Amino acid sequence: MPETHGTAAAGHPAFAHQFASIEQQGEAATLGMWVFLVTEILFFGGLFLTYLVYRTWYPDAFAAASHEMVVWAGTLNTGVLITSSLTMALAVRAAQTGDRRSLVWLLMITMALGVVFLGVKAFEYRTEFIEHHVPGSAFEFEGPYVRQAQIFFSLYFLMTGLHALHMIIGLGIMAVMLWLSMRAPVDRTHAIRIEVSGLYWHFVDIVWIFLFPLLYLIGRHVH
Amino acid sequence: MSTDSVHIASKRSYFAIFALLMVCTYLTWQVAFFDLGVFNTVVALGIAVFKAVLVILFFMHVRHGARITWVVIVGAMFWLALMLTITMSDYLTRGWK
Repeated sequence: MPETHGTAAAGHPAFAHQFASIEQQGEAATLGMWVFLVTEILFFGGLFLTYLVYRTWYPDAFAAASHEMVVWAGTLNTGVLITSSLTMALAVRAAQTGDRRSLVWLLMITMALGVVFLGVKAFEYRTEFIEHHVPGSAFEFEGPYVRQAQIFFSLYFLMTGLHALHMIIGLGIMAVMLWLSMRAPVDRTHAIRIEVSGLYWHFVDIVWIFLFPLLYLIGRHVH
Repeated sequence: MSTDSVHIASKRSYFAIFALLMVCTYLTWQVAFFDLGVFNTVVALGIAVFKAVLVILFFMHVRHGARITWVVIVGAMFWLALMLTITMSDYLTRGWK
């Protein structure tokens, strides 16, 4: 095993003694995060399945309801999240090369993009409240699909709401990472922390990659 | 693979993946305005899967990941596919006589 890393990391407080090397510690951390993400994939998977079943039952109502989405906001937010994934990937790279200055900047940009995403999302929710598209007694929807459209909007608020909650948790993680990046040594163990936090951030991006076409785009070609 | 020291990808490769993801987003948005019947969903989900694979392999570094990480991810995809296929095989065939 690579003795150089072992000896370099031996005195480091974050190097756990049960691991043979810092590489192994990194692999274990990555694996742990992936095992958690797998539970998240199946968690969101259940919601995507519910969406598929109801859309199979009420395709016209889902297309009509989807047509009411603020499509530019959804598209903009897709771009914002993909850009934040780029800055996150670059932040991990900066941590790997020990470049604290870039790391701190890239984490701040990633967080700023996350906040922009949530801001746009809040604007959309506001629009939907004003237009009475929130399921409940005040729900209004033109045309024959009032009841079925409520199912679409229930799923929309549930799925985007859960996604937004993950964004907020991601911002919390990044805030801690930013704080650590400013004061802790930017070494191999710190790079592992940033990498594992980045996995979570990218996962939240992937969920949105599927939410965007399924919620915003299915009714576009019907005018 | 896993026993090597950490693989550091070039900045250029990250920007290339980012550009590809943006092009895919533009495509999925534009395609949605054409009526392709059931293929609207097929194309949209196809592009989404492609984008997700790019993020997983390059941004999440699974391309250089340990074999055990691959096992966990492929296992997850298998269970997800099982849940989706078996349930939809029921709902999609209820109208069959």
